[in-house]
Amino acid sequence: MIVELGHFALVLALMVAAVQAVLPLWGAQSRNAALMAVAGPAAVAQLLLVAFAFAALTWAFVVSDFSLAVVVSNSHTLKPMLYKVSGVWGNHEGSLLLWVLILALFGAAAAVFGANLPAALKARVIAVQGLIGVAFLAFLIFTSNPFWRLAVPPLDGQDLNPLLQDPGLAFHPPFLYLGYVGLSMAFSFAVAALIEGRVDAAWARWVRPWTLAAWVFLTIGIAMGSWWAYYELGWGGFWFWDPVENASFMPWLLAAALLHSAIVVEKRESLKSWTILLAIMAFGFSLIGTFIVRSGVITSVHSFASDPERGIFILGILAFFTGGALVLYAARAGAMEAKGLFGMVSRESALVANNILLAVSAFVVFVGTIWPLVAEVVSGRQISVGAPFFDAAFTPFFVALALILPPGAMLAWKRGDGPRALRSLGPVAVLAVALGALAFAMQTGRSALGPVGVALGVWVVLGAAYDLWSRTGRGGDRLGRLRRLPRADWGKATAHAGLGITVFAVAAMNAWAIEDILVVQEGETFPLGRYEVRLDDVRQVEGPNYISTTAEMTVLRAGAVVTVLHPEKRVYPVQAMPTTEAAIDYGLLRDIYLVIGDPQQNGGWAVRGYVKPFANWLWAGSLLMALGGGLSLSDRRYRVAAGARKAPAAGMPAE
Amino acid sequence: MRARALAVLALLCALAVPVAAPVAAVQPDEMLADPGLEARAREISRAVRCPVCQGESIDDSNARISRDLRIIIRERLVAGDSDAEVLEFLVARYGEFVLFDPPKRGVNLVLWLAGPAMLLGGGAIAVTAIRRRRGGTEEGLSAEEQARLDEILKR
Repeated sequence: MIVELGHFALVLALMVAAVQAVLPLWGAQSRNAALMAVAGPAAVAQLLLVAFAFAALTWAFVVSDFSLAVVVSNSHTLKPMLYKVSGVWGNHEGSLLLWVLILALFGAAAAVFGANLPAALKARVIAVQGLIGVAFLAFLIFTSNPFWRLAVPPLDGQDLNPLLQDPGLAFHPPFLYLGYVGLSMAFSFAVAALIEGRVDAAWARWVRPWTLAAWVFLTIGIAMGSWWAYYELGWGGFWFWDPVENASFMPWLLAAALLHSAIVVEKRESLKSWTILLAIMAFGFSLIGTFIVRSGVITSVHSFASDPERGIFILGILAFFTGGALVLYAARAGAMEAKGLFGMVSRESALVANNILLAVSAFVVFVGTIWPLVAEVVSGRQISVGAPFFDAAFTPFFVALALILPPGAMLAWKRGDGPRALRSLGPVAVLAVALGALAFAMQTGRSALGPVGVALGVWVVLGAAYDLWSRTGRGGDRLGRLRRLPRADWGKATAHAGLGITVFAVAAMNAWAIEDILVVQEGETFPLGRYEVRLDDVRQVEGPNYISTTAEMTVLRAGAVVTVLHPEKRVYPVQAMPTTEAAIDYGLLRDIYLVIGDPQQNGGWAVRGYVKPFANWLWAGSLLMALGGGLSLSDRRYRVAAGARKAPAAGMPAE
Repeated sequence: MRARALAVLALLCALAVPVAAPVAAVQPDEMLADPGLEARAREISRAVRCPVCQGESIDDSNARISRDLRIIIRERLVAGDSDAEVLEFLVARYGEFVLFDPPKRGVNLVLWLAGPAMLLGGGAIAVTAIRRRRGGTEEGLSAEEQARLDEILKR
């Protein structure tokens, strides 16, 4: 019964979304306040209906209702409760429902918090959001209905893929979707502005927080996925340039570009039409990402034929929204009149350079991701594009970005003094190069990757710190002024420092990791970098829904015990699938990463050991980026903008 | 094995994480005693795609064929082939599909040049736009105003 109600709510949500898409738009065109006023309640109603449907599906998972096809193929009665719940979005149908839920959430948020938006703009934004809702609800109901019943329910389910039964992955999709879907707000604002033919600082002040929030969520979501790959896949890799990863990385790059160009619109009323274009492209790439991961076209030109109906449907959605918005853009972009003028050396130009580099990076990732498809269509050859291409083609642009970041961030608006910015950063540059040279001298290999990473990381991090410090002016009490700097300044420095740390950690992990693969007898010791590792014993252990081969390994350094680790190999009988649970000793400067492999024919076990330098710095850097975004989001000007309506009432003097 | 890999893909399709079987790939018994040759073999196998998996290199993959390919690579290296010859050997048998690093010739040049071309194009457009705009109505400070400003700032 609850399931049917959920199904019904979903269909009803589609109807409400259609109303939300049409009436307010019509009202805004014909200046009909009553029609425009439909937008808010409709958005909230859509959210409630989708939330109910989502709750119904969650309930079906929690009580293991095996009359639902989705539950059967993704759940099992023995599965821990956490994964019963996360199983809701661990599959195509359920994750799409989550997508739609978050979409409705953003629409309703615009309705609830958008009190001080101009009525017509608000109506149009919510209507566009409703239109996206219509498309995805239709996609959900007609091609991927999670409420599909089975005529003959089985006694038990097929269990969730064991790889997904992991806390890191349980919360990875919601964050990712908050990011993907958050960009729909930027898109809706862009389309609304195009219809209206007007973009001003107030518009940017609205768009930027949404973009910032989406970017923060994307950052966290991508970092979580990368961390999961690091500890779960068993060889300590964290980024594979897999099409599925690229699908999340492209919107991240474009969202980063968008949130920088929106600053220019907000502060200088310039770069308007470019910002609109970026907003369209950022969401467009979210949709492309959705297409890539859900159609299966690109993940495997070779061996996997996914449901073509779904692929075509998403392609239709992609063509309609991106194509439609671009046509609108072509027709109306001319109306966006730039006000602020700026010189060749200025903060604005630096942000333009940032935007170009980010957009080109995203484009390189895009070309590399779809190239196998294009090449097959054009030349009939099946080719692959993988890590070697992306490493070589993507990295230069990102290095350039890191190089221009510190001076660019310090330039003045309108007309900056380039030589002065560079001069003041002189000591930072010297220190960065010196530390890079030190790293080069200390390392054993001849690779330049590590030293360059060190130099770039120091350059960006200290550049960010210096930028913050230079904002405190001259004279006494600089520390006090530092504390009182706007949160946006702190956010900027934090996010930039996070980027520097991430760049450094990526280089360090790629350049200086130590790896060993060997056969070890129980009781035997083998060297691993500066450490020695002893395989104490290997046992069979039974878990709630798996059987585990657990090894006990002692890590020693100069005879003293550093830690005892328990790498596992699990088999989940229901899915008959093995997983590796690497044992990791997380450290400030290095992770010790041990994996137990298969027993060997003539005794002993295959064992892999890694020392991963600065692994934690990668996650810390990503978190700092997200934290910086969060700080910026909590800046006073946004709080004031959002609360502008309520402020006077609260400030009313009591008689 | 294959059918299961497909099922895994279907499940993972909702996520932005790579689709890969978890068991680590290169086995101790495959490895060469000569560390120099072994390092080259690893280097090569990282850039060779497993023909039956979802975008994994044979270095990461635990599929049967990947193991065979890793062993072939090592045999060729022991026989004295250069890295390029090993790759040619693989391409001749399994096609260009197995190269993660597409050869930089023919149509593939588009792939390699797309980024730099876009950077140049975008840069040129941006520079022209900024120049043109600045040429229009920007009014900087006159020398007199600048002097006055300097004076104020000095105080």
